[in-house]
Amino acid sequence: MATVGTPPAGKGKVNRIGLASQEYRGTKTTLCAGCGHNAISERIIHACFEMGIDPDRVVKLSGIGCSSKSPAYFLGSAHGFNAVHGRMPSVGTGAMLANRRLVAVGVSGDGDTGAIGIGQFVHLMRRNLPIIYIIEDNGCYGLTKGQFSPTADLGSTLKTGVVNDLPPIDTCALAIELGASFVARSFSGDKKQLSAVLKAALSHRGTAMLDVLSPCVTFNDHEGSTKSYAYAKSHDDPLGELDFVPYFEEIDVDYEPGTTHEVSLHDGSTLYLTKLAEDYDPRNKLQAMSVLQETRSRGTFATGLIYVEPTKPDFIEMLNLVDEPLAFLPQERVRPPEPVLEAIMDDLR
Amino acid sequence: MAPEVAVQEAPSQPTTRRIVNDFSIQVATVNGSGSQTANLVLLRSIFRMGIPVSGKNLFPSNIAGLPTWYTIRANRDGYIARKQDIDFLVAMNAQTAQEDVVSLGPGAAVVYDEPLNLATLRDDLTFYPVPFDKLVAGVCRDAKLRRLVRNMIYDGVLASLLKIDRAEMERALEKQLGRKPKAVALNREALDVGFAYAEQHFEKRDPYLVEPMDATAGQVLIDGNAAAAIGAMMAGVTVVTWYPITPSSSLCETLIDYLRQHRIDKDSGKATFAVVQAEDEIAAIGMAIGAGWAGARSMTSTSGPGVSLMSEFAGLGHYAEVPAVIFDVQRVGPSTGLPTRTAQGDVLSTAFLSHGDTRHMMLFPSSVEECYTMAIEAFDLAERFQTPVFVMTDLDLGMNTWMSQPFRYPEKPLDRGKVLDAETLDRIGKFGRYRDVDGDGIPYRSVPGDSMPAYFCRGSGHNEWAQYSERPDDYRKNIDRLRSKLETARNWLPAPVVTINRKASIGVIAYGTTHWAVVESRDQLVNEEDVQTSYYRVCAYPFRDALTSFVERHDRVYVIEQNRDAQMLSLMKLDLAPELAGRLRSVLHYSGHPIDARTITESILIQEGYRVETTRAEPSDVPQSAGVGGE
Ligand SMILES: Cc1ncc(C[n+]2csc(CCOP(=O)(O)OP(=O)(O)O)c2C)c(N)n1
Ligand code: SF4
Ligand SMILES: [Mg+2]
Repeated sequence: MATVGTPPAGKGKVNRIGLASQEYRGTKTTLCAGCGHNAISERIIHACFEMGIDPDRVVKLSGIGCSSKSPAYFLGSAHGFNAVHGRMPSVGTGAMLANRRLVAVGVSGDGDTGAIGIGQFVHLMRRNLPIIYIIEDNGCYGLTKGQFSPTADLGSTLKTGVVNDLPPIDTCALAIELGASFVARSFSGDKKQLSAVLKAALSHRGTAMLDVLSPCVTFNDHEGSTKSYAYAKSHDDPLGELDFVPYFEEIDVDYEPGTTHEVSLHDGSTLYLTKLAEDYDPRNKLQAMSVLQETRSRGTFATGLIYVEPTKPDFIEMLNLVDEPLAFLPQERVRPPEPVLEAIMDDLR
Repeated sequence: MAPEVAVQEAPSQPTTRRIVNDFSIQVATVNGSGSQTANLVLLRSIFRMGIPVSGKNLFPSNIAGLPTWYTIRANRDGYIARKQDIDFLVAMNAQTAQEDVVSLGPGAAVVYDEPLNLATLRDDLTFYPVPFDKLVAGVCRDAKLRRLVRNMIYDGVLASLLKIDRAEMERALEKQLGRKPKAVALNREALDVGFAYAEQHFEKRDPYLVEPMDATAGQVLIDGNAAAAIGAMMAGVTVVTWYPITPSSSLCETLIDYLRQHRIDKDSGKATFAVVQAEDEIAAIGMAIGAGWAGARSMTSTSGPGVSLMSEFAGLGHYAEVPAVIFDVQRVGPSTGLPTRTAQGDVLSTAFLSHGDTRHMMLFPSSVEECYTMAIEAFDLAERFQTPVFVMTDLDLGMNTWMSQPFRYPEKPLDRGKVLDAETLDRIGKFGRYRDVDGDGIPYRSVPGDSMPAYFCRGSGHNEWAQYSERPDDYRKNIDRLRSKLETARNWLPAPVVTINRKASIGVIAYGTTHWAVVESRDQLVNEEDVQTSYYRVCAYPFRDALTSFVERHDRVYVIEQNRDAQMLSLMKLDLAPELAGRLRSVLHYSGHPIDARTITESILIQEGYRVETTRAEPSDVPQSAGVGGE
């Protein structure tokens, strides 16, 4: 489409498909200044630019919430669909059924996912639909002005003094349990890790579920919230340093063989996880679950790529669809010829 | 048992009276007893003898053990609506047998399971007791199969009593059981045993007979759900997302069968369709909307409870202008609200499903053939008008067996609507997703992955360039355009079927399955009281202007429907000028059973000031309504 082509002179660096990073931007954000969600949009722009993702093939999907508004603020030349509250997974599923060649990038909130949308979230994870599913997790409902969400910490207080006495849902543990093939957690303020996780997710074929802690500076950035900047910064427990080498770039040889963990991704590219934690293998489901349990019990968040199953068949594969997008099949391939109808009629006499 | 004991004396001694090709048979069984094969064989053999028939299954919300009634109506004049009176009862269910017999009109005949001892209940009926257990024991050793095979014995008995062509019956049996030669042999034997028993033991005492006719040649027998499934396949559906619910499940299930047979790419062995059984109806319509937005021909099918859940997405589809087809096979109420009974009760709620100024297009097929043609049309309309389109059938149409002319291969190519291409883009200059370029209210759309300019799809808060906007002028402009789109749609939607009777000062309006009872009732009105009527059959909403002229022509207009609150009439009142709206009257039927002609005739005559001795009123004409659990 029109946005693909030689960038105007003076635009600076272009990526492998000839686009400048500017072309991965969207409209100006309307979120609060300093909102973690904006930082995540920046990382998405960065990761898509670096990966040379063709915006023409991307569909941006979201539910409702401050977080769900953000797809308007990145990849402005891609199609987007702001669905209804909590139902982005179904819209994304439909879009991928219609056109298997699309790259689906979904943005949700912790309310959008953990409350109203938990049912669709559960079934999305089960299906392992090829989609990047980002939860911009601030532990509250931003857009409706600060009520508790299902990821709010036990015992945390609202500005009004109301105390949350229900335990939070750990969306990462849930996703792993349900069959998501790529589960990561990161923090909106950790540019390096979030970029690496996003790039890895973009190379993954299957559901890549990213829970990104994203402080709400207006309603939930106070002392006592585990989703505040201060808390997240001091309590994030990196699993390993993640570096991602896409297949179209030179592999960085700096990594010592003994200190990196190699994970082959679906598209042939390779993900390296530098182990900081002892023997952390993101392909080990049991270990992934116990790390989540263990860190949670210490009040910290394990960040990084927590679980990956690169070869798990994705939902579209399982449906045995023709290679071309169903949306573009011509009439002669979707309307059976007259003898078929005649035979059906004969059978009913 | 000795034959002279077997034949009960029917006091009216009607042996010389002959009623040919005009009666209804009701088979009372328990569900799960496998009577469906026997019932369909019976239906098909009469149909194949050239006599117009319909078959209706009245079943409980239950898997096994509760009462079920299957009714076959044969009628030489082609009346195939339900009829209140049962002429020929096959009483196989101990639970209901007494009530079934008590509720019969005088002169009816009863074939019954001998141990039920029904003959003493009435002296104005003809009884034929059959020792089913004894007979089946001779045919089938396997106790498990016996319950099934037992049913085929009543087919044999009826073949003898009603003079049904046995060769047709055997052919129908082969058709039903197809590639299972053992089952065919076993059942054929059961047929023979029943036939032989009746021949030996019964003297014909009732007047009901079948004689060959030529009124069904070339026709097919099918239910509306299967017909809609064929339509959807022929419409080139590519994405099907659904959640099971009676009475719509068999629509998608049949569709899946057909798609697997006819829509697998020969070369690659891969599917040109995707089917997903979603986690609920919200997800089902969400997927359909997502797929429609991304350019697929998408559909879902459901019933009232599912439609309720779909409401928010339906509204989004309307405002974001996304095509999708939704089949609503209407049933009675939510939860345990007679899930297995029929109604036309979703008309009003579906028209305005969701909030804001949402208004949806609805199609109202009244025959299986229209289930097929309107299914095809619905996909074209959804894409032409970029909006969800509802196809409103009901349980009676969807799950019961109807005869029909064979469906014709579609002549029109698929209408994919205004999808942007390079040429159009050249012509219109700049792409504005919600810009009314052609003055018909229908904008152009691009589809992800088609290399045309993209847009951001969202609810009603946008301007014509699809930019987020909360400006009052943008909002008004947009929803005014949506209204003008609906205005354009009026004349694209299937036209009403109007029969003007110049002698008539009263009109009737009906839609959907009510049509069949109306056809018969209009004849009754003329034949019995010389009451002439014109007829307007609604096929779609929004209505055409023809509605106004029809009401103008008549002093009083009866809107006949199967709900309590006159839902279609209410919709019409919104469109008609007050003085015309005042001419509308209602005939309402809402028992869970399909409407019948007598109900309409009596209601119209009473409202027209005739003195009418009413027949047995609904809903007590059929025993009790058994049912547990929603489906
Ligand atoms: C059906 C429905 N119910 C309620 C709302 C109101 N609502 C809008 S956003 C929101 C919560 C969003 O929270 P979250 O997903 O965490 O997003 P955040 O704003 O925190 O990023 C709610 C309840 C709605 N839009 N739709
Ligand atoms: S209210 Fe909170 S979540 Fe919403 S934009 Fe402001 S900071 Fe972000
Ligand atoms: Mg939130």
